[in-house]
Amino acid sequence: MKKIVQIIKSFTLWELLIGMKLTGRYLFAKKVTLQFPEEKTPYSPRFRGLHALRRYPNGEERCIACKLCEAVCPALAITIEAEPREDGSRRTTRYDIDLFKCIYCGFCEESCPVDSIVETNMSLYHFENRGENIMTKPMLLAIGDKYEKEIAESKRADAPYR
Amino acid sequence: MIEIEIDGKKFQVEPGKMIIEVADDAGIRIPRFCYHKKLSIAANCRMCLIEVEKAPKPLPACATPVSDGMVVHTHSARALDAQRSVMEFLLINHPLDCPICDQGGECELQDVAVGYGKDVSRYTEGKRSVKDKDIGSLVATDMTRCIHCTRCVRFGDEVLGVPQLGTIGRGGKTEIATYVEQSLDSVMSGNIIDLCPVGALTSKPFRFQARSWEMEQETNYSPHDCVGSNLHIQQRRQKVLRVAPKENEAINETWLSDRDRFSYLGLLHEDRLAEPLIKQNGEWKTVDWQFALNVAAEGIRKLIDAQGGQKIGAIISPNATTEEMYLLQKMMRALGSQNIDHRTRVTDVSDQKHIGAFPGMGFSIASIEEQSSILLIGSHVTHEQPIIGHRIRKAALQGSSIFAINLENYQFPFDLSDKLIVKPSALVWHLASVAKVLLTKQTNPDSELMAFLADLHVSEEANAFADKLMQFDKGCIFLGEIAQNHPQASAIRYFAELIGKMTNAQVGTLTTGANAAGAWLAGAVPHRSAAQKSVASPGLSAKQMFDAKLPAYLLFNIEPEYDCTHAQTAINALKDASLVVVMTPYVTEAIKEYADVILPIVPFTETSGTYVNVEGKWQHFSGTVKPFGEARPGWKVLRVLSNLLDLENFEFESSLDVLNTLKDSVDGILGGHHNALELPSKMNLPHEGLERITQWPIYRTDNLVRRAYALQENIVNTIPQIYVNNALAKKLACAEGDLIVVSQGQASVTLPLAINDALVDDGVYIPAGFQETATLNELFSPVTIVRS
Repeated sequence: MKKIVQIIKSFTLWELLIGMKLTGRYLFAKKVTLQFPEEKTPYSPRFRGLHALRRYPNGEERCIACKLCEAVCPALAITIEAEPREDGSRRTTRYDIDLFKCIYCGFCEESCPVDSIVETNMSLYHFENRGENIMTKPMLLAIGDKYEKEIAESKRADAPYR
Repeated sequence: MIEIEIDGKKFQVEPGKMIIEVADDAGIRIPRFCYHKKLSIAANCRMCLIEVEKAPKPLPACATPVSDGMVVHTHSARALDAQRSVMEFLLINHPLDCPICDQGGECELQDVAVGYGKDVSRYTEGKRSVKDKDIGSLVATDMTRCIHCTRCVRFGDEVLGVPQLGTIGRGGKTEIATYVEQSLDSVMSGNIIDLCPVGALTSKPFRFQARSWEMEQETNYSPHDCVGSNLHIQQRRQKVLRVAPKENEAINETWLSDRDRFSYLGLLHEDRLAEPLIKQNGEWKTVDWQFALNVAAEGIRKLIDAQGGQKIGAIISPNATTEEMYLLQKMMRALGSQNIDHRTRVTDVSDQKHIGAFPGMGFSIASIEEQSSILLIGSHVTHEQPIIGHRIRKAALQGSSIFAINLENYQFPFDLSDKLIVKPSALVWHLASVAKVLLTKQTNPDSELMAFLADLHVSEEANAFADKLMQFDKGCIFLGEIAQNHPQASAIRYFAELIGKMTNAQVGTLTTGANAAGAWLAGAVPHRSAAQKSVASPGLSAKQMFDAKLPAYLLFNIEPEYDCTHAQTAINALKDASLVVVMTPYVTEAIKEYADVILPIVPFTETSGTYVNVEGKWQHFSGTVKPFGEARPGWKVLRVLSNLLDLENFEFESSLDVLNTLKDSVDGILGGHHNALELPSKMNLPHEGLERITQWPIYRTDNLVRRAYALQENIVNTIPQIYVNNALAKKLACAEGDLIVVSQGQASVTLPLAINDALVDDGVYIPAGFQETATLNELFSPVTIVRS
């Protein structure tokens, strides 16, 4: 009897049909594949990607050159120089992050008392020339300006868990 | 000795000590803000409350004297509770702006708050804010941060002797302020930056430059005065960012003068020369070292072949290191010239062979405090050597009597028992009359001397002065800058020594520059080579070299127009010379006018070297930062130049090599004494009429200080003006600010008039060290004044 069932199954390609059933189910199921780069997976608000320097809503830069990020950085990727600005406030004249050194640990963001330096959820960037790995203050501020909405959104989303 | 117990450990201590002192000595840490070992006890911060058994309440450790059998707990529950409560009170009003505060990272309040503070304050009321004060170019204020420990107030009252800051208002409205709105006009005010336990008083030039944890520090020594204050040079990424005192109880205690603290600002001045320069066909060209040194060596060799070695003169700054002094004199002597000198401001060197190993003090700086009487001759000691001035003040506070014979009644932070304010040409005269009075009171006076001084008319003042001097017990006499630069300096030395002998006082010379002692020991004087070896025929002193108009000069780290006596003669001689090799860290248009080769050397932070201070203490340091550009340490330049000149025995590998060569031969030599000085040939009568008085103001003394912008902007810095007293101004019918022409021989300068009532009647004070006054040659000589 076993043998007969075996013969029928092999002649009707039963095993194949079983397999095709799964294929068929997925053929009509909801698709999970994303059309990268047109489509992206959702990121955690804590994602630690490219850095940015933020500003206050009135346009004033947040960074006060306290240098805690520089001190805490385990990879020594941050270099800061500071001096009094014309109005007497404490400001950086240089804020460099070496992205080759950076290990994206997020300590800089943790240490910042004014939420100035943040790691955005951007992980997609590249360099074409030597030296482009150094993110200068204007570059970091520009990123902050451009993505302020997203940054603020991530901060808000994460706030209840801190 | 009594026995007390702190935290279970028993100590034998002297009665009268405070608990905090015993704990500090034993390494038991008690938190404190207002207590400072060099200041009086205020006990107003209450942070050091500790538990003493059998006492009803916690007691402040800084103000509780030890008593026999006392049992102290510094970390018991009760003590900690008290300390935490005090901390909470302090933080009610202290702003939480540590991220923007320069003290952050080195703040005593921050440190203590970590141990004793709470995470969250219980106070929700608004914090008070206090208006910031502008107290000058050196100290920045953020008075909101002040916790009213009053260390700065006590520093002014007790250490400076000039109350500068004080508390105004009461209770919650207490503020630290200058009573009248003004800048701090002290030469040691920078110390309040170190004293302030919080960020209320911070360094203005250093503002926001760096965090304390970013910097590395190295020990160095002051390159400005003969005290040799110990410094910590703090640098980050090869740039000197700050200077702080290094504690050395024997020299500068915990203090530092503003000149030593802020002169680093001139290190990277725009005048710094990065590469050697040579003049070719009237054009300045930047060249490499090899080429420049070859040009210099060839020029020197040609000149020697044509005119002989003795036609070259070398003048080295008294701030150069001993190694540089040694190499330069060795090079000069190997070239056949004895013309080497570091005494750029001295006119009279006739008694140089009688000076001991080096002019200085035969006693230690710390022992100044123990002198029962001190006589200052031609010395503005608080400006020339602020640290020595402070020691003298401490002596005065302990009851010493201080006397002064000066050209100006300087505002000293101590009371003078008696003073003679005389005009320059009468200085020797007055010293001689004082000596005469003392001599007549001797049981067996020297008859030769008595005959010499027979015609001398002794004034009432001098008589009274001498009477008081007679009470000298264990004392010392200091010769200041004016006494050394005076045209009759040798006579002044003679009479100072004579007075010293009769009053049982030692004579000390407070030399100009950081390393005059090193210069003498290394042989940077025309009449002695290294280690006191007399030379057969002495060469020319700095002034004589310029008077003699030599065809070639080597200048090391000086700017003759600012640094030399007879500046105009010097400049003229240099312009006429056929070869001038200048080794300097800074290049100016003035240098370019007379130089032929300019070799960039480095200031003290970028070289290794040794300074010998006024008491003969050798202090060796190594470079803190890398040399600027292509500039090289002076000793290396001299060594290679000597090699290129084919001189023998110049194979030194390091500055330590040089030092050891020298030190072996001079070990154990003590200086500061004068060997039998000779009686001056005759006594000149004082001149009638007006005379110039000249000094180098405190912030114009050398090329580094002159470039430190914060010091130049400081209120203490003298501005080039003509200073006379009120009586003279009235006689001239001039008011403050009027343009005045002062003529001295052929030369004249036109400058505004300023009134300084402390000046002697016929004295016209015209400061040196300025472009504006460089045309006047003589430092102390008759001048005429007319209104412009």
